Amino acid sequence: MNAVMKHRLFWPVVVLLALILVNTLSRPSFVSITVQDGRLYGSLIDILRNSAPLMLVALGMTLVIATRGIDLSVGAVMAVSGAVALQIIQDSGDAANPSVLAVAIGAGLLAGLACGLWNGFLIAVLGIQPIIATLVLMLAGRGIALLITRGFITTINSDPYKFMAQGYVVGLPFAFYVSLAAIAIVAVIERRTALGVLTEAVGINPEASRLAGVRARGIIWGAYAASGLLAGFAGLLYSSNIMAADANAAGLYIELDAILAVVLGGTSLAGGTFSLAGTVVGVFTIQTLKSTITFLGVPPAVTPVFMAAVVVLVVLIQSSRFRRWVGRLGGRLSVRSAQPVERTEVAS
Amino acid sequence: MSLTDEEMTSDALVAMRGITIQFPGVKALDDVDLTLRGGEIHALMGENGAGKSTLIKALTGEYAVDAGSIAVAGEQRVFHGTADAQQAGVSTVYQEVNLCANLSVGENVMLGHEVRRAGRIDWRATHRAAVGHLQNLGLRLDTRTALGSHSIAVQQLVAISRAMVTEAKVLVLDEPTSSLDRGEVQQLFAVMRDLRSRGVAVLFVTHFLDQVFEISDRCTVLRNGRLVGDYPIDELSPGRLVSLMLGRELEDLAALSGASDRPVDRSGTPVVRMKGAGRKGLIEPADVDVYPGEVVGIAGLLGSGRTELARVLAGAEHADSGQIEVAGKAVRLNTPRHGIDHGIAYSPEDRRAEGILGDLTVAENIVLGIQARRGWRKVRRSEQDALVSEYIAALGIRPANPHVLIRNLSGGNQQKVLLARWLATAPALLILDEPTRGIDVGAKADIQSKVAELSEQGLSVVFISSELEEVLRLSQRIVVMREHRKIGELASSETDVDGLIDFIAHEGREGAA
Ligand SMILES: Nc1ncnc2c1ncn2[C@@H]1O[C@H](COP(=O)(O)OP(=O)(O)OP(=O)(O)O)[C@@H](O)[C@H]1O
Ligand SMILES: [Mg+2]
Repeated sequence: MNAVMKHRLFWPVVVLLALILVNTLSRPSFVSITVQDGRLYGSLIDILRNSAPLMLVALGMTLVIATRGIDLSVGAVMAVSGAVALQIIQDSGDAANPSVLAVAIGAGLLAGLACGLWNGFLIAVLGIQPIIATLVLMLAGRGIALLITRGFITTINSDPYKFMAQGYVVGLPFAFYVSLAAIAIVAVIERRTALGVLTEAVGINPEASRLAGVRARGIIWGAYAASGLLAGFAGLLYSSNIMAADANAAGLYIELDAILAVVLGGTSLAGGTFSLAGTVVGVFTIQTLKSTITFLGVPPAVTPVFMAAVVVLVVLIQSSRFRRWVGRLGGRLSVRSAQPVERTEVAS
Repeated sequence: MSLTDEEMTSDALVAMRGITIQFPGVKALDDVDLTLRGGEIHALMGENGAGKSTLIKALTGEYAVDAGSIAVAGEQRVFHGTADAQQAGVSTVYQEVNLCANLSVGENVMLGHEVRRAGRIDWRATHRAAVGHLQNLGLRLDTRTALGSHSIAVQQLVAISRAMVTEAKVLVLDEPTSSLDRGEVQQLFAVMRDLRSRGVAVLFVTHFLDQVFEISDRCTVLRNGRLVGDYPIDELSPGRLVSLMLGRELEDLAALSGASDRPVDRSGTPVVRMKGAGRKGLIEPADVDVYPGEVVGIAGLLGSGRTELARVLAGAEHADSGQIEVAGKAVRLNTPRHGIDHGIAYSPEDRRAEGILGDLTVAENIVLGIQARRGWRKVRRSEQDALVSEYIAALGIRPANPHVLIRNLSGGNQQKVLLARWLATAPALLILDEPTRGIDVGAKADIQSKVAELSEQGLSVVFISSELEEVLRLSQRIVVMREHRKIGELASSETDVDGLIDFIAHEGREGAA
């Protein structure tokens, strides 16, 4: 039991389960899953489906944060990639043509990658602070997206494109498979190769890593490129969901959700060791929270306040110092701050 | 030892009794007592990992104790942090300097004690006060410069003067002299003696035995987290102190003394040859050759350019003049990575800032050097385990658990892990910048004999140390630096410590006089 409690995923998972429990108690239908035409429906399935864009963005954000950085531009990058893809489809006039779709999707992803490479260039090569460097694109990106859509909200009608966010495969939403694939690919690249540990090294101590021969520049650049690419894909999912490229609304504030998901998952904003599994749990936590808010009918005006209050609570529960403090208040024996002495989690 | 508990406590300024601290998996302290009296300089001695720093952190409230009591000036105390301890008159300089590198020197010295006038900070007066405190330690520098721009030695002196800004009753210094040169150590000792005469209790940790005998009145010895005893210094001899610390006799270093006389074949091509390589503002162009199996020492005062020379040689600094040849061929050496690709390994001076990766394990820290070279291709688990256990055993790294985070190791053991990282890359040239700083007498002997052994087998080594005895014992040739310039070269068989000191101080000065 003790070993389980010391696992770095213990508290994130407890928080997620608690949130699901609260929802279930207040509305038993929350956990019910119905089958219709061989497809699963229910709140939990919605969470799996709707969390896909955030999942992609948060995975990229994890890598960036591990290098001691931050990527504020992900929401704007989503707007750009959606705009690129939909404009190509609309201009082609043949929204069902598979090769047009392939070009559109490829171009959207490339646009995301290009944005990531630009961020990485500013940060890894020019040495600009990540928060400033990505702020540039955060502010400019939506303008670029508007230029691409010529100032309009581009809408299309294409069933195959719609499938990405709204289709089903073997009973489950296609978007969920996209999440799974992204998690698997990132985990394999980071943990099956040495890239993960080299990334952590750079995040923990850039100078020591450089002297140890780690190619820090390439690793940092790569993290932003990955973040851009993943945000690009998230932008495609978003546009597929609403079948429109809305430069102002696409991925709005998603950078904040992504950063939160990473932190809830137990990865420190100070960089260094990161947990992909933790980020996955964090993403589901945030998505569940959003669905709770919708269900409770919290008025839109106070939603941010509600969200903030819950987040503060969650972060406190996860803080070992806070738990010790509460323990001491309760008059119980205080537990020594068990800083992790060994690494419990290495695999994602 | 002969004193009863009663007598020991009566005039004690600090009485720690039965202190026990358990970390997950390690009992760092087990029923340890420490008594400090006003007006004494008290040495706390022990091997790396014996628990010295932990005992100090228990005193300052940094760690909560699992058992035991702490009394300061006769009053039972539980400190919840350094601020509490400072309030009670205990001022501490930790082993790993923790100051704000991006604040100015003056701000660091005076932080929390700025001179105020009408509620506002009077910066001029504050800096003036800082200058005064620094001068007590013989340090003259512009207090408005950023602390991070100074060497570790200066940073350490700043940390010490910071501790003395508060009118402390107890001053705790955890390895304050590890990066200071002789002159600076003497300045510090003068200040310590002055504090002693004013009734302050000074607790002092060092691995330099001669310093213990020079300055301290009493000495508490720890071994493996247990108290060995509390002794008046007059009752101890260096040999006895060492055997108390280690629990065994130290093998003779005499076996090593042959190292510096070992003939080196300098007829072939040097492993590395610096030809007029230098960098503006850092180091003037210099020529240095290192032949196969040779140990070249670099000696000089702090700030004389020893480290800069090493960094240029390793590619950590990009030379802007001259050239560097590896095995007879001129090579590009613009980044540490280039150096590593040419088989040049550089273990930097500042362990914490440039060496260890605190949040990674011992195993990951050791393998990092090899891993970086291989890029993405992961070092296989079996290969990693074999390497790591080999080096943990060979260098006596403790605890011998490869999965512990390196930041939980004692300073000396961290240093050994770094040495392992570089040895594991099987370099052609190993550059060691202060490899024995903060290392205990036993481990120091281990590292020295390892270097001697490896060089005998053909490894070339550049060895930098403030301890001239060590440089003389290990190296066949010594490059002497002064004011960022190479001023000459000596064969170590032809000189001794005094000769070397004289050379460092006077060589080449006559002409100018
Ligand atoms: N935060 C921690 N978590 C776990 N173990 C720790 C922690 N701090 C210290 N230790 C362990 O406690 C023991 C004592 O360490 P300590 O730093 O007190 O040694 P030391 O005597 O100061 O050694 P050195 O001379 O190398 O500085 C070591 O085995 C160390 O690994
Ligand atoms: Mg210590």
